[in-house]
Amino acid sequence: MSNLATIPIEYYLVFCSVLFCIGVFGVLIKRNALVILMSIELMINSINLLLAAFSAYTNDPAGQIFVFFIMVVAAAEVAIGLAIVVLIYRTTHSIDIDVLNKLKW
Amino acid sequence: MFTEYVFHFLSIMALFSAVMVLASKKPIHSVLFLTMTFFAIAGHYVLLNAQFLAVVHVIVYAGAIMVLFLFTVMLLNLNKDERSLKPMWVKIIAGIAGGMLMLILVGVFREYDVQSAQDPMTTQIGLVKNLGKILYHDYLLPFEMSSVLFLTAMVGAVLLGKKEQI
Repeated sequence: MSNLATIPIEYYLVFCSVLFCIGVFGVLIKRNALVILMSIELMINSINLLLAAFSAYTNDPAGQIFVFFIMVVAAAEVAIGLAIVVLIYRTTHSIDIDVLNKLKW
Repeated sequence: MFTEYVFHFLSIMALFSAVMVLASKKPIHSVLFLTMTFFAIAGHYVLLNAQFLAVVHVIVYAGAIMVLFLFTVMLLNLNKDERSLKPMWVKIIAGIAGGMLMLILVGVFREYDVQSAQDPMTTQIGLVKNLGKILYHDYLLPFEMSSVLFLTAMVGAVLLGKKEQI
């Protein structure tokens, strides 16, 4: 490593994995469909940051292009997801995902 | 040295607000804390000299996605303080699962010796000029396909949000 003043990439690895695990934990414990969508956004963002970090550290622009495309897909996903949440609310008058257990058994 | 302080400050801010997204009872507080996380991550992009991504991140996430979330919370009047957590045993199992995933990831990455060839402060690939050249030259087809994806998503959202029975 040439320059000691820069941040080692391991810091980014640890930070992004902790952020990802917070997202996983949120998906597992929450019953509110909106908060689950937000936790998915957290996970997507941690992956994005890690891709951008590796792209910057290895001087390869493809990683940052991928981050751009992931953002595109995430925006479309949120639009559809929120439309589905609105539809669930209109049908069941709550956004509790535990109400939606008809397909479970 | 200064960049390291900024990195730690942004990381702690992002992690704290990410935890608060899950800890807060009302959905609207979760949305506001999530916006804070997104701004911290935008700061990380600036730190990596990825200026294009920082700007796009602020515009797309803080500008578009958070507004969508806020509109949904406010229009549906979802801001009730209802029980939003699963039962205790599910929480314990989720804590074990998430904690073990984190332990494994952090443990693996501690052993992994990364050779970084480039100082991110001096790299020029994150600038709009360079990324634009690559995006419109090498990745032109996926870029155009994403417009089709957006059109499909728009039609789908309108169709799902319609009042009449589908």
